[in-house]
Amino acid sequence: MFASLAGVLFDGFAYGMLLFLLSVGLSVTLGMMNFVNLAHCSFAMIGGYVAVTLANSFGWPFLATLPVAFLAAAAASAVLERTLYRRLYQASELDQCLLTIGIVFISVAVAAYFYGTVQQPINTPSYLRGSVRLMGMSFAVYRLFLIVTALVITAVLVYSLEYTRFGAQVRAAVDNQRMARGLGIDVDRAFAVTFALGGGLAGLGGALAIEIIGLDHAFALTYLVYVLIVVAVGGLGSIGGSFAAAAVLGISDMAGKYYFPWLGAFLIYLVMVGILMWRPAGLFGKR
Amino acid sequence: MANASRYFEKQIRLRPLEIAFWLATLLPFVVAPAYLQLASQIAITALFALSLDLILGYAGIVSLGHAAYFGVGAYTAGLLAKHGWGEPLSSLLVAGALAGILGYLTSHIIVRFRHLALIMLTLGLGLLLYEAANSASWLTGGADGLQGVRIRPLFEMLKFDLYGRTAYAYSLAVLCACFFVSRRIIHSPFGLALRGIRENALRMPAIGAPSRAHLRKVYTIAAIIAGAAGALLAQTTETVSLEVLSFGRSADVLVILILGGAGRLYGGLLGAIVYMVARDQFAGINPQYWYFWIGLLLVAVVMLLPNGILGGLAKFFPPKD
Repeated sequence: MFASLAGVLFDGFAYGMLLFLLSVGLSVTLGMMNFVNLAHCSFAMIGGYVAVTLANSFGWPFLATLPVAFLAAAAASAVLERTLYRRLYQASELDQCLLTIGIVFISVAVAAYFYGTVQQPINTPSYLRGSVRLMGMSFAVYRLFLIVTALVITAVLVYSLEYTRFGAQVRAAVDNQRMARGLGIDVDRAFAVTFALGGGLAGLGGALAIEIIGLDHAFALTYLVYVLIVVAVGGLGSIGGSFAAAAVLGISDMAGKYYFPWLGAFLIYLVMVGILMWRPAGLFGKR
Repeated sequence: MANASRYFEKQIRLRPLEIAFWLATLLPFVVAPAYLQLASQIAITALFALSLDLILGYAGIVSLGHAAYFGVGAYTAGLLAKHGWGEPLSSLLVAGALAGILGYLTSHIIVRFRHLALIMLTLGLGLLLYEAANSASWLTGGADGLQGVRIRPLFEMLKFDLYGRTAYAYSLAVLCACFFVSRRIIHSPFGLALRGIRENALRMPAIGAPSRAHLRKVYTIAAIIAGAAGALLAQTTETVSLEVLSFGRSADVLVILILGGAGRLYGGLLGAIVYMVARDQFAGINPQYWYFWIGLLLVAVVMLLPNGILGGLAKFFPPKD
């Protein structure tokens, strides 16, 4: 019983870290510009497909594909931000939702056109396969790798937001955009950079996700709900909130699948609706 | 006061174009008898879009889970017919009433929230209901859908035949009735108050309007209409699948309404015609690629036609006062 509980906690936490990577960019950009970007998971899908293509068609090692996945997704999100999104910052949430849902539909169709509707396989190197035994329990190496990666990225993010000049600008823009502009901070530029970084992180998450949750053409729609839940529950613009929400969501989803399989995803939605009704701005949200 | 009542009288009066539109809905019986099934699907979709228009276009409640009420209506009608109550009109009423009760209960949650929390809550409630229906396969048939739905003839005379003559006439009649009820509601002081809430949610309570009570009322009405649309679908196709509750259906109806033009009553109707006919024409292609065009359409509408087709037309033909 204890061993299975620890196993569920470990797997759930690894899954939660994956959700954190996928959603942290959305959380920060939503907090900054109040732009509802439902196409965030499309960037994750770009990262995933780039990694798959490089690894399977060009024989790149898995680890080498990860930075390229990050860069490709970051570039794609920067282009979209400059061409389409920036025109709608002042528009209603409904318009933003519709535009980005349209982009999701397009990306899903394009992925199906080029890669078909099957799950994409990827070969992870042998040192990331198998499991290690520790205190009588076995831990999958890939999940450990995932957790370590996510923790390192979290540390880098928190450090750069708290202790660098750019981070201070971003925090100022999230807290009070008009005031930040008044102080001479170039909010548009800060936002463009943050948006590209967030898209890139999603791309990295998408590449890392292939081994755990798979990758198919509908990825952008399937995981959109999970990412939105993390963002809404964690609170806009809060990295710590997203981290906590992703961990809780990952563990409760895994526990639900393990202990109450007949409930399906019911439990997660119930947790989300409950938390939102209790605290509409999210667990750690200020607004 | 005299001015106010004259304003409403003027709004309520039928315009010649509207009469022409409703007469034109009879055309499929003569012109395209082979497409009556499609026409009845369009009428049902238009009814569903009309119900979303009441809360989104007039009251400003953005919902990503409106299929919940459609699905409840469809399952109510389907289950009644499966267990021997196949009389269409009475089960339509029961389905509308049940969806309305659910709408009234959820409206207490809905009216407390705005912005992202509201969007997420409507999405979450819709997904909850979908998962519940999926789990309760003893009742709903789960992923296989509801089997053995048999509908009795309308008024015990008109059978639901293969050509869809009865189906279209029945759907059209219900659409027409619900439309004119909605039209009357919109052009009343209550409808005006709803538009006030949409335009400024803080000022309305400040001038003494019971804002939340208004929103609860219109949300319940919209849920009843959505339930009726769901029941119509179940009765005219004699099947109910989980798809009636899915996120895809909520998203589709939103696309249809935005395409036609929200907040204009006829927007949902026009959007449903354009969307359903286009989908029927493209039915030969893989549905994956159909969504590519829908996505492109959405981007184009948001970027170029912010008020939908009707909004774009209104720009070229400004209404005479």
